[in-house]
Amino acid sequence: MSDEMQLLEERVNREYEFGFTTDIETDTIPKGLSEDVVRLISKKKNEPEWLLEWRLKAFRHWQTLKMPKWAHLKYPEIDFQDIIYYAAPKTSKVKPDSLDEVDPELLKTFEKLGISLKEQKRLTGVAVDVVMDSVSVATTFQSQLAEKGIIFCSMSEAIQKHPDLVRKYLGTVVPMTDNFFAALNSAVFSDGSFCYIPKGVRCPMELSTYFRINQENSGQFERTLIVAEDGAYVSYLEGCTAPRRDENQLHAAIVEILAGDEAEVKYSTVQNWYPGDENGVGGVYNFVTKRGLCRGHHSKISWTQVETGSAITWKYPSVILKGDYSIGEFYSVALTTGAQQADTGTKMQHIGKNTRSRIVSKGISAGKSQNSYRGLVHVAKGAENTRNFSQCDSLLLGDKCGAHTFPYIESRNNTAIVEHEATTSKIGEDQLFYCEQRGLDAEKAVALIVTGFAKEVMNNLPMEFAVEAQKLLAVSLEGSVG
Amino acid sequence: MLSIKNIHASIEGKEILKGLSLDVKAGEVHAIMGPNGSGKSTLASVLAGREEYEVTEGTIDFGGKELLELSPEERAKEGLFLAFQYPVEIPGVSTTNFIKAALNEKRKYQGLEPLDAASFLKLLKEKAALLELDKSLLSRSLNEGFSGGEKKRNEIFQMAVLDPKLTILDETDSGLDIDALRIVAKGVNTLRNESHAIIVITHYQRLLNYLQPDFVHVLMNGRIVKSGGKELALELEEKGYDFIKEEMQESLTA
Ligand SMILES: Nc1ncnc2c1ncn2[C@@H]1O[C@H](COP(=O)(O)OP(=O)(O)OP(=O)(O)O)[C@@H](O)[C@H]1O
Ligand SMILES: [Mg+2]
Repeated sequence: MSDEMQLLEERVNREYEFGFTTDIETDTIPKGLSEDVVRLISKKKNEPEWLLEWRLKAFRHWQTLKMPKWAHLKYPEIDFQDIIYYAAPKTSKVKPDSLDEVDPELLKTFEKLGISLKEQKRLTGVAVDVVMDSVSVATTFQSQLAEKGIIFCSMSEAIQKHPDLVRKYLGTVVPMTDNFFAALNSAVFSDGSFCYIPKGVRCPMELSTYFRINQENSGQFERTLIVAEDGAYVSYLEGCTAPRRDENQLHAAIVEILAGDEAEVKYSTVQNWYPGDENGVGGVYNFVTKRGLCRGHHSKISWTQVETGSAITWKYPSVILKGDYSIGEFYSVALTTGAQQADTGTKMQHIGKNTRSRIVSKGISAGKSQNSYRGLVHVAKGAENTRNFSQCDSLLLGDKCGAHTFPYIESRNNTAIVEHEATTSKIGEDQLFYCEQRGLDAEKAVALIVTGFAKEVMNNLPMEFAVEAQKLLAVSLEGSVG
Repeated sequence: MLSIKNIHASIEGKEILKGLSLDVKAGEVHAIMGPNGSGKSTLASVLAGREEYEVTEGTIDFGGKELLELSPEERAKEGLFLAFQYPVEIPGVSTTNFIKAALNEKRKYQGLEPLDAASFLKLLKEKAALLELDKSLLSRSLNEGFSGGEKKRNEIFQMAVLDPKLTILDETDSGLDIDALRIVAKGVNTLRNESHAIIVITHYQRLLNYLQPDFVHVLMNGRIVKSGGKELALELEEKGYDFIKEEMQESLTA
């Protein structure tokens, strides 16, 4: 290893810039999980009976399951009794009607994170729903969106105000029995966002949710549901951060997307949960189930993710291509540094005829991190003329990290064309020196090379988000090259 | 501008440069010729600061500073430019973005603001025209899929944008077709001025025909064994390196 690589490695201890905590009074329930806890959560959220029953069913099912072990991840047993399942910032109301009622401390927290909740302060038209620990604390631009018939609110609010819609769609894409973490989430989910775009409506602004874990020892189990009716369009963004803590925090979310005939949903994530320190102490365990259902013909669901955070990432945003001519896309950049581990990828399930999917995965590993791509392309018997193209590239920085690719293809129809390409490369001394000779220091050179490597995915992010994501990549890389 | 004194440099324990000395003044063009493996690229690498090469002895003064104490990027920002014999590819990073980053780093070093978009584009256009570079090449990933000649022209283009004080051309002429050679030579000649020194590493006379160097040096076995005017290059082309070897033998036995 060259000196400058070493030098960079020595600078690993860069502070996680969102690692602060907010000092705010919180309503928490005791640690542990039982039917009583599930009932308590449901009661705190003033939920209808059917939902409580639904949660209890999920909980009972979860008790019969074991944590999945097939991912290329190493972590200690998680003690599910040692987690707080409900924590809410104490405000006078469950959900304030106006920002004036929001605790100023909370507003400050989000200002610090670069998210202004004051609508007039927001430059571009992005509506946000912000979720702190277990509850949504504010949603902006609601009335403007309502004019178009768009519902954008927290899940809790949706359960109160639009129970029929929630009941109709909740769990239809990710059934409560889907997997260990999905069952857990279904039992204890706290809040999240709900978004409904009626028939033929193009959502006039980006919708976004910002998740923040604050409370110590608490898990975050949010649940997001996006329904785009026939001919509807929406672009959705999700961001997240957490304070620095020495204990691991559990995050087990579910995102469900439904797209009707000719509907399109773009879902972009910049995942920046606290990754733990360079020795692997602390950090968020991120076990997430995200799935979209292209229900209608010519519908399209596109996942774009930039993953830089979390100690452990277990996440496979997937698309069920049920409608004929539907399209599923997955664009991913996963950057692991220090002792981070990521096992991420996608599942494309081709059921309808003439369905297409495209997978572009860019894994960047530095430090002693482990970065795996895991993808499944499934072509059902009746799925005539389907096409898939997968491109999985790995970039290694240094020689202590690992990159792994696990592509699975199951084709039951011989008219399908499934293509897979994979490459692994290292940032070479030659590339670094070339950049240095032009006046870029090693850190800038690495950031530039990585940005170039991830370009195809970054290009899919909405403009403002792409700039943020690019900065995030550079910041996450700072000092973690070696 | 550049004063190399008794440089010894080795790689992986093997000594390649064995007491090389060379003085280059501002405005001069020096050609360095020599057989394969004699240490020409090694010299270029040592000047640019490639750290695999260990300098065990000697000093290099560059504009009043000890070059050996500067990092490669500092050397670059001080005005040293190396046109690589084998330019590397950087996927996903366009030549435009790359050169913009490089230029702004240099400007920052000089205490200048980053160039505004309009001036940058103007500069880019002007230099691309000078090297007859197709604009589409500038938006493509740096050197990726470029032909050998395009890569070399791109190096000179970068030189033109960065406006260095000292340029080292390491076999920039190899792999160029006749027209490209003329274009590159024209580019270099245009950037030739009182304050810009150029070291041209080459095997052939043809680039030197265009550049008309002030001095020609022969590098052999890690040392400069013969220096002369531009006619020395012609003599080499005609006779090969053997006559120098013979001369050396003679001087040893004499
Ligand atoms: N990484 C390395 N390890 C060992 N030896 C090396 C290394 N790099 C260069 N050398 C050796 O150093 C010597 C000088 O190489 P250099 O590239 O400087 O020659 P050159 O004069 O530029 O040759 P050419 O005309 O072929 O470009 C050669 O013998 C070469 O094999
Ligand atoms: Mg050479």
